[in-house]
Amino acid sequence: MEAGEGKTPLYQANVARGVFGSCSVLFDNVSSLSGVSSATPTEEMNGAGNLMDFLDEPFPDVGTYEDFHTIDWLREKSRDTDRHRKITSKSKESIWELIKSLLDAWSGWVVMLLIGLLSGTLAGVIDLAVDWMTDLKEGVCLSAFWYSHEQCCWTSNETTFDDRDKCPQWQKWAELMTGHAEGAGAYVLNYFLYILWALLFSFLAVSLVRVFAPYACGSGIPEIKTILSGFIIRGYLGKWTLLIKTVTLVLAVSSGLSLGKEGPLVHVACCCGNLFCSLFSKYSKNEGKRREVLSAAAAAGVSVAFGAPIGGVLFSLEEVSYYFPLKTLWRSFFAALVAAFTLRSINPFGNSRLVLFYVEYHTPWYMAELVPFILLGVFGGLWGTLFIRANIAWCRRRKTTQLGKYPVLEVIAITGITAVLAYPNPYTRRSTSELISELFNDCGALESSQLCDYINNPNMSRPVDDIPDRPAGPGVYNALWQLALALVFKIVITIFTFGMKIPSGLFIPSMAVGAIAGRIVGIAVEQMAYHHHDWIIFKNWCRPGADCVTPGLYAMVGAAACLGGVTRMTVSLVVIMFELTGGLEYIVPLMAAAVTSKWVADAFGKEGIYESHIQLNGYPYLDVRDEFTHRTLATDVMRPRRNDPPLAVLTQDTTTVEDVETLIKDTDYNGFPVVVSRESERLIGFVQRRDLTLAIKNARQKQDGVVSSSVVYFTEDAPQLPASNPQPLKLRRILNLSPFTVTDHTPMETVVDIFRKLGLRQCLVTRSGRLLGIITKKDVLRHMAQMMNQDPESIMFN
Amino acid sequence: MSGRGGSWSFIVAAALTVFLLDVVVFAQAKSFEDVRCKCICPPYRNITGHIYNRNVSQKDCNCLHVVEPMPVPGHDVEAYCLLCECKYEERSSNTIKVTIIIYLSVVGALLLYMLFLLLVDPLIRKHDPYTQPLHNEEDSEEMRPQVDSSQARGNTVLERVEGAQQRWKKQVQEQRKTVFDRHKMLS
Repeated sequence: MEAGEGKTPLYQANVARGVFGSCSVLFDNVSSLSGVSSATPTEEMNGAGNLMDFLDEPFPDVGTYEDFHTIDWLREKSRDTDRHRKITSKSKESIWELIKSLLDAWSGWVVMLLIGLLSGTLAGVIDLAVDWMTDLKEGVCLSAFWYSHEQCCWTSNETTFDDRDKCPQWQKWAELMTGHAEGAGAYVLNYFLYILWALLFSFLAVSLVRVFAPYACGSGIPEIKTILSGFIIRGYLGKWTLLIKTVTLVLAVSSGLSLGKEGPLVHVACCCGNLFCSLFSKYSKNEGKRREVLSAAAAAGVSVAFGAPIGGVLFSLEEVSYYFPLKTLWRSFFAALVAAFTLRSINPFGNSRLVLFYVEYHTPWYMAELVPFILLGVFGGLWGTLFIRANIAWCRRRKTTQLGKYPVLEVIAITGITAVLAYPNPYTRRSTSELISELFNDCGALESSQLCDYINNPNMSRPVDDIPDRPAGPGVYNALWQLALALVFKIVITIFTFGMKIPSGLFIPSMAVGAIAGRIVGIAVEQMAYHHHDWIIFKNWCRPGADCVTPGLYAMVGAAACLGGVTRMTVSLVVIMFELTGGLEYIVPLMAAAVTSKWVADAFGKEGIYESHIQLNGYPYLDVRDEFTHRTLATDVMRPRRNDPPLAVLTQDTTTVEDVETLIKDTDYNGFPVVVSRESERLIGFVQRRDLTLAIKNARQKQDGVVSSSVVYFTEDAPQLPASNPQPLKLRRILNLSPFTVTDHTPMETVVDIFRKLGLRQCLVTRSGRLLGIITKKDVLRHMAQMMNQDPESIMFN
Repeated sequence: MSGRGGSWSFIVAAALTVFLLDVVVFAQAKSFEDVRCKCICPPYRNITGHIYNRNVSQKDCNCLHVVEPMPVPGHDVEAYCLLCECKYEERSSNTIKVTIIIYLSVVGALLLYMLFLLLVDPLIRKHDPYTQPLHNEEDSEEMRPQVDSSQARGNTVLERVEGAQQRWKKQVQEQRKTVFDRHKMLS
């Protein structure tokens, strides 16, 4: 079969498995995507066994998958091994081939570089545009319309200490229209225009999504998880999705809805990854290799979303990826680095940081504070449970009832409600990132915000960073109840917002909920410590005049806890938060909160929000983390069942083209086992429906003499037939000679494990060499759903 | 694939150009309004708090250089300056300008195209026999490659673009059905 046959026994397995692959790589259909991909010339099959097949025209599209189908990881892997081997053996032939093999080896890193550059740039564009459009709801910069409020007053000398963000260049709409900046009339006019802008932005977002790229809506992480686990959703990572998601994300975030840009940025980065995959045939032709690139792209997405490159790599590893070899780890690392560097060089926030809410403080924390931190963890877990349950219930409603028929109206209504309720409260009026940034910040002497309105001791003058605990002033109490209202508002509105038909992430709203709760707890602890120095718990660590409680740290811990409760991340979450703050000393509080929130949330339900959405939509996602402990056997799960008609099989040398065509027409199975004969039912291989269809169609068009009565041969050599008989059709090369088989008494536990770890698409069940039935990934998923008392029909796709 | 591929690699090139443009703009321009040293001085004794904003180099960014005129007599300067916080910041106003303008033009172009697709296109299509076979064609697996190849092989550039657009429209329609009508995904 192959020239390399017999080199090592280990090779053999791959050769056998790669029979199919070695053929399909040849058919490098010329694509004009770029000069790069068409550079690979059509290669020749080496070895004598295929002399007959030489005559056949190579046909395109073999080895690809259809929309909403599952890929076979094993097949993809062996195809790549095969391709690699071919390149290596050819590289010894000439200098040019050697150069080509080197280029091939480097192409992975080149793709990473390109992904990093593009996703970093897009993140910068999104940040800048969001900054400007969020402020556009309130007013406009007269000196240059493209400046946001902060940028507008950037060089102004007219700002005063008390009114820090006022400058004459920046005018609110009411001021610009009527000339009055204060008063009830101006307030109402500003309020009205705020709502109007919000409605306009969200309407634009939802209509762009609807008209150009419906796949651009939502957060995208559940779908990307499914895609990375080996599912095909054509167009989900396409160019239009990329363009529309980038554009509408800005509109959605700046409309003031309770959503964030982090999840969608992961989707955007994955779209970039897919885009650059199409430049290299190594990745565009192999779904398995493509998924390695996408895993790395997800890391780049989180890297720019949070300015946390390492956190991004860990996020990809912990949360999104399914198959994550070490090679991908290094590539993710590189992509995350390039992306972060690109974003940094754009410097969207003007503070040389990658995120708006970067904070830096180094005040110590004390052991006793672990108690409130753990309480915040409990809160985070409860919030996670509440959010997941309520959001899934609402989304199910949207999916099944009339509500889903009015996506545009829904978005408009929620935006209207959000804007009307958000404007009166200063903590919800501004963008959520700014809110988080303010909550994270510690109150120095120079802070002007209401949250820092403490009563200062007038005779004290100390350097800026060392301020002792002070009693709270009226501003703080005022801020506290406003924050409490904001907390309730955010909790409720986020449940209804996530899952609407616009790009929406939930990292930022979750963090905001946690940060508000954390800050409230922090201020409470601080005031308690100030007023009750003599209590036993405070006696040891909080003397009068010492700076012992940092409310900003509580806000940070709360944010981590809530995010952990919703997504069930642990390691990556702590690393992301650590990279946000740059303080090593807060790792323990963050870890305590993250673990507590995971425990509490897990006690109420094992699934995080992404898994819940996967389940709601019925994506065929086989979670690596679930355990399967039921004692069922392969024979209980396999098709056909006891009373079903027998399995649809092909025989190796008696089926005619017509039979095959009828079989394809009458059934909707995605593949057919090939047996020696119907009597013996001994298995020789497995053939995919799509390949069979394409091969027959191709043969009918291009190969003379193939008619309906031609016999299809899956054997090595077709027998010499008399000239009167129609010419035979040889299809051995689309036959997978090494389908995975188990015996009928294999426990399902093992079968599930095989499906998970090897990424199989289907598995044949035999008894003493005789074919009994077939188990597909869908059957496994249905069986698992059944065992967990869920509706097995909820698994929609096969 | 082929017709679309060309136009899309063009768009990728455009995106990279934007990126390079940003880099160039960032590297070249540090105009006077792109750097600032901002000192915030809190209230001190009977002096109210004040913000000082000056355009000085990074090494001169401290209270002594920026706070002018000094509100306190000479012996108090040190104490006053200890309270002040000075921060040196840079930005690139050109990047902001270019980005916002590009973003707005992209949104504008998309809106125009959307209006075209929703309003003008149906009027033209009514009298166009070319699209008729496309409508009643089933989306079966056997048909799709055929449609692709026959349309990609259009003779003129215009026909190719037309074919690509038709195919794209069909894909979006399919996506819309999946997401908005059947609620199979993303709900």
